[in-house]
Amino acid sequence: MGDIGLLGFGPDGWGLVLFRAGLMTLAVSVAAFLCGLVLGTLVAWARVGGNRVMRALAEAYTVVLRGVPDILVIYLFYFGGRQVVAAIGTALGFAGPFDISGFVAGMLAIGLISGASQSEVLRGAYQAVPRGTIEAGRVVGMGRFTLFRRVIAPQAMVTALPAMGNQWQSVIKESALVSVTGLVETMRQVSVAAGTTQEHFLFYAAGAVIYLIITTLSDQVFRLAERRSLRGHQGAGY
Amino acid sequence: MNITRSTFLRAGLAAAATLATGAPLLAQGKKLVFATEGAFPPFNMTKPDGTLYGFEMDMLAEIAKRAGFEYELIAQAWDGMIQGLIDGKYDAVIDSVTITAKRLEVVDFSLPYTTGGSTFAVMKESGIALPGTGTSINLDDAAATDAAIAQIAAVLEGKTVGVHVSTIQADFLDKYLAPRGITIRTYPNGPDVYQDLSNGRLDAAMASATNIAAFLEKNAETATATGPAFSGGVMGKGAAIVVQKGKGELADKLSAALQSMSDDGTLAALSNQWFGINVTPKL
Amino acid sequence: MDLTFISGMFQKILTGLPLTLNLWLLSLAGGACLALTLNLMRQNRIGNAIAATYVFVFRGTPLLIQIFMIYYGLAGFGFIRQSFLWPFLRDPYWCGLLALILNDAAYSSEILRGGLRAVPKGAVEAGRVSGMGRATILRRITLPIATRQALPAYSNEVISMLKATALVSTITLMDMTGIARAAISETWRAVEILLCAAVIYLVISMLVTRASAWLEQRLSPWQFGRTTP
Repeated sequence: MGDIGLLGFGPDGWGLVLFRAGLMTLAVSVAAFLCGLVLGTLVAWARVGGNRVMRALAEAYTVVLRGVPDILVIYLFYFGGRQVVAAIGTALGFAGPFDISGFVAGMLAIGLISGASQSEVLRGAYQAVPRGTIEAGRVVGMGRFTLFRRVIAPQAMVTALPAMGNQWQSVIKESALVSVTGLVETMRQVSVAAGTTQEHFLFYAAGAVIYLIITTLSDQVFRLAERRSLRGHQGAGY
Repeated sequence: MNITRSTFLRAGLAAAATLATGAPLLAQGKKLVFATEGAFPPFNMTKPDGTLYGFEMDMLAEIAKRAGFEYELIAQAWDGMIQGLIDGKYDAVIDSVTITAKRLEVVDFSLPYTTGGSTFAVMKESGIALPGTGTSINLDDAAATDAAIAQIAAVLEGKTVGVHVSTIQADFLDKYLAPRGITIRTYPNGPDVYQDLSNGRLDAAMASATNIAAFLEKNAETATATGPAFSGGVMGKGAAIVVQKGKGELADKLSAALQSMSDDGTLAALSNQWFGINVTPKL
Repeated sequence: MDLTFISGMFQKILTGLPLTLNLWLLSLAGGACLALTLNLMRQNRIGNAIAATYVFVFRGTPLLIQIFMIYYGLAGFGFIRQSFLWPFLRDPYWCGLLALILNDAAYSSEILRGGLRAVPKGAVEAGRVSGMGRATILRRITLPIATRQALPAYSNEVISMLKATALVSTITLMDMTGIARAAISETWRAVEILLCAAVIYLVISMLVTRASAWLEQRLSPWQFGRTTP
């Protein structure tokens, strides 16, 4: 079964749209991952150095986002997010009406989910930084920012990178759920193609291959980064 | 430089504000945005290159010409489509949406452009045949409805019927057949119903007669339509273009164009072209 | 806030709890068996390659695509519809359960592999010296130590699987999420309904977190040999 020509790049082939959808998956994943990284850093920071209220808020955020199914979070974002954005916009004095595109909605929803797990990874990595090095930095008169850039970040990165690689892989797979926001990424495109051509197996298999390509290639990038971050470490073996 | 928490907060708020206003909805004088599913043949379908085509796309092009507006079509999953309209994500929905009392509470409609009732499809090899094929039942006629439902329920006892989620057909099945012990299975995507009918997971499928006709066109050898065509009551008053509540001006504009297309026979001609029969009402 | 609506919605969604729990626990059980099999296969070259490919494919693709592949994809093949498997694959329940088991096995087998690697060589040697057979060593030494090592990671996987069951609603199953989705299309009060469902999932996953923390504490080495916990 299955006419492989359907996956070609000709006028009747779905090759080009699938390729574009693959790029969209990649784009929304990158945006969501970065969004999660910002959020995760802020939350990790609040949990490590914040006051009581901020700690409680940050903890509640991680517990909730890690305990609720991703698809419900995305639905909530899709159905309720727009009202929230409109409320914030009005409160900041911007004139409506407000709308967020499918891309932004997907990015924020997955960023929110990923931020919760990324904050755990980052917190663990920060706690693994030897206290002595931070104190030494302070003693030589480094400011908070320099201390972060020159002492904390390089050391924490080594611990965090492998786990961050896993977080990135999760983000790619979660991006398959954002089709509800109207974004034409890989999952949505293969569903449409499968429904139109009735070649379900062929197109879902093609979709699986697209995801495998993205996950495998990006895995290589993370390994490279890991290797780089290990430079100068004793016993790294490179 | 010292990064304090408040610097971060301020930067975050500014970023959020840019995101929120980055895509302002429909600035005045811009194109109208119409949402459709692109997977409901022959009303709306998607070509491999992403272009939307079908009866409703041709009709909309003609409406736009007559009413004098520019528009843009976007494809959207049916699940959440009405919600997106309510939230103002687009100006109108053109996806064979039937006018019902329940929907009228939250949205407005143009004049209807199809009237065809809803019926069942089965696979020939299943041997299922519902009584009343070729007749039509108005659900406002309680006596005729009860009689027809009783007969259909007897045939479908212990069987599974599939239907597209949150459609008038789903409402119909919930109201009339579910209480009689028939299993109803709802699908987020329309085409999946036929997929599961074809591979034998479903004993029958329910959809609009026009949608079933499109399915049968490709599967005439293996599948068939059966049972009466139901209309009225929960089946509503025909399909129409949906607009946000309070956007009566837009609905009037669309209705006027539909009226003139009905008057000069354009609508009937389009229907004949896509369905092979005239499914449009006399407006 | 409309309290009657919300309490009614809680009751309605809770009718899907048995199916959610059923899919969750059975997929964990099935996944654990398959994960153990995959790890036992890793002892020779071919088995290792098969297990590695399996893990690569199932961890590298979204669960949603796996579910659709099994539910819609396999049904497209005539020979599958003629085969003895069809009575199972015809039913969305078995398709959903199968997809969840296969997916969980890939993740669990990696967690177990990490645990197995952490088993000290000396412990296994000690077993051999005292005359234990291979099966006994696996049962009495390797698996208990590996399980304890893998426990924190595995408790995350247990919660992930609870969340993963929500995806079977895409193939018409009426679990808690399926019921919530149907209710949304009936009433269009999406936010209230979704929040009700979210609270139920959250309570279950918090209970799991508590239970696993307690278990980790109980099974910690420094607790061994104590008469009172």
